Amino acid sequence: MFKYIEKFLRGLGKPLISFVSRLGKLTIFIGRTLYNCVTPPFYFKLLVKQMIDIGFYSLPVVALTTVFAGMVIALQTNAGFSSYGAESAVAQVVLIAVTRELAPVFSGLMVAGRIGAAMAAELGTMRVTEQIDALSTLSTNPFKYLVTPRMLAAILVLPLLVLIGDIIGILGGYTVAIYQLEYNAANYINTTINELQMIDIYTGIIKGAVFGAIIALMGCYNGYESKGGAQGVGNATTNAVVSSSILILICNYIITGMIFTK
Amino acid sequence: MKAKISVKNLHKSFGHKVVLDGVDIDIAEGESLVVIGGSGTGKSVLIKCIQGIITPDEGSIRINGKESVGVKKKDAEELYSKMGMLFQGGALFDSLTVWENVAFGLIENKKMSRKQAKQEAIKYLRQVGLSEDVADLSPSELSGGMQKRVGLARAIATNPEIIFFDEPTTGLDPIMADVINDLIINSVKKIGASALTITHDMASARKIADRIAMLYKGKIVWQGSVKELDTTDNPYVRQFVQGSSQGPIKVEI
Repeated sequence: MFKYIEKFLRGLGKPLISFVSRLGKLTIFIGRTLYNCVTPPFYFKLLVKQMIDIGFYSLPVVALTTVFAGMVIALQTNAGFSSYGAESAVAQVVLIAVTRELAPVFSGLMVAGRIGAAMAAELGTMRVTEQIDALSTLSTNPFKYLVTPRMLAAILVLPLLVLIGDIIGILGGYTVAIYQLEYNAANYINTTINELQMIDIYTGIIKGAVFGAIIALMGCYNGYESKGGAQGVGNATTNAVVSSSILILICNYIITGMIFTK
Repeated sequence: MKAKISVKNLHKSFGHKVVLDGVDIDIAEGESLVVIGGSGTGKSVLIKCIQGIITPDEGSIRINGKESVGVKKKDAEELYSKMGMLFQGGALFDSLTVWENVAFGLIENKKMSRKQAKQEAIKYLRQVGLSEDVADLSPSELSGGMQKRVGLARAIATNPEIIFFDEPTTGLDPIMADVINDLIINSVKKIGASALTITHDMASARKIADRIAMLYKGKIVWQGSVKELDTTDNPYVRQFVQGSSQGPIKVEI
């Protein structure tokens, strides 16, 4: 009888301890990242390289996902609102859906898949091939050299990607509304401009910055702490993408809740 | 003779696994010490403790007479900056070219201009027997032996006072291994550095060592000169040198 209870408690305790210790490690990692973001030396060249990698090379995927997101929202709004004068609703719904939710979330998820995975794989490989230790032996702080530029670049670049996603998503909606649903172009543009509020823009910027931090944190943390050869690097990559995607969706809900419920 | 590195009563465990269990070892100035021992006896952990990559649980490590365990990171960094290391797999940065790897310490820490650093890097590449042509290649385009040489060039480029070699000949053919041994002897002598090598390649150990120590179960069980290696009646050393499965060292299967 006691044997079973003991077994049960052990089974309960082991994942709990491992969860708490992971949480602790992550907290230390966040602390080190913040500290190293504000103390010299800074590697500007690496920051610029990361910004190009994360920002510029993510443009095609962000553009493709947001354009189709805008298009499908236009179609669905037209289908759903057809009995109450869909023409003015389509522009407004596309505007709100794209700027507040779809552009930030799709940019976040796409960059998580593209960049979060790459960060985890690169840092993980550097860890298991001792390149991170090699940085230390060359008197270079591996945290400042590897983690800080990625973190800063992601936080700076994601909001820009979201803004570009906003424009492209609205254009997608516009294309469907004008060329497929044959609405009046001037009315559509007028509605969009009149209904556009500052809150739509800064919601996207805030979300972009938070998602950028999540992506870089999960990518770097999982890569930096990975061990156990090729399999360890594979696990790190999977964990980075899965955890950052989930966190992005959860944080998206929380941020929307904080901004839009009064 | 003055001790360059002095390790006293060093302990390190990972969870329940005791890796270093009271290691005492000294390395004199300009001396080449080789630590031999089987896989998993804590050789790598010993090196990483001395370099400050792993923090030991207990004990003292003095570098040039200054304590490095438990002191502030900033104070210890100066001690660590005098060290260079050749990693087992080379550990070359694969996002950089060969010459950028060799010149890494010169550019990042000594703030040398890139043009000048490249000249220096080529000089060090020549010293390890590589031609100028490899300078602009990426590390992945090189063979294992060449990667080791580039790693060696990177380790000596910052003019360190202490150099560590982690299994320098593992994974190389016997001839290339001997080439690396010669390079190690020459380059260490040239800059007058102290060297600490960990290996289980006895041919390499005999060639590059001034003194040999044997690590077993987290303790130094024997130390002496290369000559004494063959005459000692220490059962651990005899078993290891002969490469026998019979003896006091039990392999955990």
